[in-house]
Amino acid sequence: MTTWIPVCRLDDLEVLWGEAVLVDGEQFALFRLPGDRVHAVSNEDPATGSQVLARGIVGSRGDRVTIASPLHKQVYDLETGECYSTPEYSLPVVGVRVVDGVVEIARTSRSGAGTGVAA
Amino acid sequence: MTSPNFSGDRAHRVVVIGGGPAAHRFAESVHSRRAHGDSPDVTVTVVGEETHLPYDRVALSRRLVSSEDLTLGDRELWSSPGITYRGGVAASRVDLEACSVELADGSILSYDDLVFATGSAATVPPIPGASSGYVYRTIEDVDFLVAEAARLATSLGRPADVVVVGGGLLGLEAAGGLQRLGARSTIVHSGRWLMSAQLDEGAGQALGRLIEAQGVTLALGNRPTQVLTGPSGRVLGVELTDGRAISADLVVFSIGITPRDELARAAGLDIGARGGIAIGDDCSSSHPGVWAIGEVASVGGVCVGLVAPANAMAEVVADRIHGGAASFPGIDDATKLKLSGVEVASFGDALGASDGALEVVYADPARGMYQKIVVSNDAKTLLGGIFVGDAAPNTALRPLLGRELPGEPSAYLSAAGVEAPASAELPDDVQLCSCNNVSVGAVREAIRGEHAEACTELGPLKACTRAGTQCGSCVPLVKKILETELSKAGIEVSKALCEHVDLSRSELFEAVRILQLTSYEHIMEHFGRGLGCDVCKPVMASILATQTSKYILDSGSGALQDTNDRALANMQKDGTYSVVPRIPGGEITPAKLKVIAEVAEQFNLYTKLTGGLRIDMFGARLEQLPDIWKILVDAGFESGQAYGKSLRTVKSCVGSTWCRFGVQDAVAMAIELELRYRGLRSPHKFKLGVSGCARECAEARSKDIGIIATEQGWNLYVGGNGGYQPAHALLLAQDLDDKTLIAYIDRYLMYYIRTADRLQRTARWQEELPGGLDHVRDVVCNDSLGLADELEAAMAEHVGNYEDEWAATLNDPERLRRFRSFVNAPRTADPNVVQVTERDQPRPARPDERAAAAERVLVSGPSIPVRKGQ
Repeated sequence: MTTWIPVCRLDDLEVLWGEAVLVDGEQFALFRLPGDRVHAVSNEDPATGSQVLARGIVGSRGDRVTIASPLHKQVYDLETGECYSTPEYSLPVVGVRVVDGVVEIARTSRSGAGTGVAA
Repeated sequence: MTSPNFSGDRAHRVVVIGGGPAAHRFAESVHSRRAHGDSPDVTVTVVGEETHLPYDRVALSRRLVSSEDLTLGDRELWSSPGITYRGGVAASRVDLEACSVELADGSILSYDDLVFATGSAATVPPIPGASSGYVYRTIEDVDFLVAEAARLATSLGRPADVVVVGGGLLGLEAAGGLQRLGARSTIVHSGRWLMSAQLDEGAGQALGRLIEAQGVTLALGNRPTQVLTGPSGRVLGVELTDGRAISADLVVFSIGITPRDELARAAGLDIGARGGIAIGDDCSSSHPGVWAIGEVASVGGVCVGLVAPANAMAEVVADRIHGGAASFPGIDDATKLKLSGVEVASFGDALGASDGALEVVYADPARGMYQKIVVSNDAKTLLGGIFVGDAAPNTALRPLLGRELPGEPSAYLSAAGVEAPASAELPDDVQLCSCNNVSVGAVREAIRGEHAEACTELGPLKACTRAGTQCGSCVPLVKKILETELSKAGIEVSKALCEHVDLSRSELFEAVRILQLTSYEHIMEHFGRGLGCDVCKPVMASILATQTSKYILDSGSGALQDTNDRALANMQKDGTYSVVPRIPGGEITPAKLKVIAEVAEQFNLYTKLTGGLRIDMFGARLEQLPDIWKILVDAGFESGQAYGKSLRTVKSCVGSTWCRFGVQDAVAMAIELELRYRGLRSPHKFKLGVSGCARECAEARSKDIGIIATEQGWNLYVGGNGGYQPAHALLLAQDLDDKTLIAYIDRYLMYYIRTADRLQRTARWQEELPGGLDHVRDVVCNDSLGLADELEAAMAEHVGNYEDEWAATLNDPERLRRFRSFVNAPRTADPNVVQVTERDQPRPARPDERAAAAERVLVSGPSIPVRKGQ
């Protein structure tokens, strides 16, 4: 059962500048890409457990969109959560959509699973 | 492999008497055979009377100007199985019949093979008062001379007067080095010109000009007849053969070497005509199983004080003991003077003594230039050469000794302003590194990886072949061969930054500069693809910051910034930040210290002094940074850029203001430099250091730019760093006035910023730049590229446009907005940050402490450890 929780306005997000969001004590990282696409992943760095992913650098690998951890620079696929630099790690991806200029993230009864991309 | 020397099951014991470079090379050679597992069990015990591990005597002149560690090779060698160093104990007797060596401490070592590597002692002339003089031979000698020159200067209240007796290589190095330390040197030399054993008159005259230009006085064609001393034994001066007396506080003898053959004589070995243990081509002495290597070995009646033949002999004996049949190829007596600012090199038949030899000479004594190439009668075969003032052709020519020159001899006289012919491909059998006897072919094989993994970079190639690891003079050639081989093999050395940008950092820097691009979008439009990544984006941000000096988080640059630049603070492991205000030169008022203390207390920050004379406050959360900086900026602090690839600190000692030894105001200079270069973005972080005298308390030579005060001004050193590949900074220029010093640093830094690779520190940069440090000196001091004005103008622009990043942030609500913890809860603390108290200060909780904390929270609510919150 998926609930969509509004977290901020799309205008609150700068393009390619990540932001953290706090939902019921859980932290997520939001990234706005050119063309108003938004990605959401867990804010927890899989390598260290620190809540920092929102402060990493957004980039690309081939045609995949990536986020690099700000602590030790592991590179993750923003859509699948796969880690390109250290395959043992993976980053939980969270469903996200934009409705009337409001960014919403998906919460299910268990932990968040979804397409990880909204347009 | 079998050998007539081997006796059976137990290890074959080799004892080496003497712990100098020859002994080191021998031990290393045996060790590498053991490591390859293809040798019988040979153990080596080296007995050395000095306490040091074998060190690089050739580099003693460097020790004179800085207390450098000269230990040869990898210290690990001496703790490898089967290799033992017994330092600080002399051998006192050798019993050839019993095959044993008695040591001064009474212990007895039995051997199967014995190697004499006792070297030589500095010769002291038999004149009255000679015992009041000193010699220049060991690390202790050098350290003593340094300390004594300083002590004399302090107690006399003026520079010490030093007389160096002997104008050969070592004498010149000693005199030049002491001069640099502030002493006034005079060289007394029996020949009519300096280095008269290696150089002809023209070259000696040119060298004399160069040495005199360093402020050293020459007394040529003279010998000392006695050392004059006062009633207390204090040295007063030296009397010369021409009757005059020169006053002196310190006398140093450097008139030659005497082989240390006393043990060998006593044991009954054959001795050469002029001393030294007589050896054959196989380095064997007159007694079976006893060998001699290095300066104590007499080949054809001559002992030679050079490292290349010593190494060659060590290899021959190692091979022979392992059953090989190597023989000593003869002496290569090429020499090179290691005195900064004075280039002298000679090789082969430098004096043109061969039958019918022709000498092609360029001489300009006024400029201190002399170049001579000696060729065979048909002007084709290279027999030798001498270079004074400009030794550039030496590197390329020396390997061609005894071969046909690819071009006209006169074409190599670079001092005459001619362009040297493009060097033809060197044949494989040419010796490239004579110190370690490495051929061109061996280097090529290592590059191609014929026997092991291919070496495609300079560092590993040097380590693997040993070429260029001793005196370093062949390094430019090694590098050239590497480049040629790689391009032949079609290995394109890709300089592309990453998959998004095909240019190297320096190419991108130039492109951005020429096209005057001012934003990330424009750069990507011209040179990039995709969304970029954590490699190329920070590089672009850095280039833009250097060239435009704009606030680094504006105009789309914010999203380019590396972790630390994004928040203008250093991110720590738990996602909190450390805050480091700038404290220029480490000078701070009690009032400002109080502000730091108050901030740290108010925000519960862990405080610690950094290695660069400032104070680091840890544990600040993202949303707290503006509040913290508001207080700091209001109190007159500014960002210390401890987070940036930029200038960090300028460390200084207290200088002449307070210190009784200081000769210049190190603090004022450090502050001026820190304020000048603050905020300058660069390929890697860089640091400066300023010491107020030669004691070097600021450890300036471990910095990218080190400045050391002299009586006359400042000496400028470049390319030092700590880190995991430490390097000492090297002398770029000396005795500069303030203005020239700053101009040179401006040029050096800008040239580095323009041409270095991403994350390349100054040490690697200046090493890998074609032409190395000499090239840097040409560009910075001689303006060889005509860039000086442009580089200085670029720096002036940086200085003019500097603004404090934190003050700029605090003045702008849009910029401040980014310092929010959560987009939907901007002031809420990260609930994940958990701290514990240790030694009265907070620190991040370890995983076990976090788990324990979580459990207690479940059972009884929060206790210690505490969550960090409002």
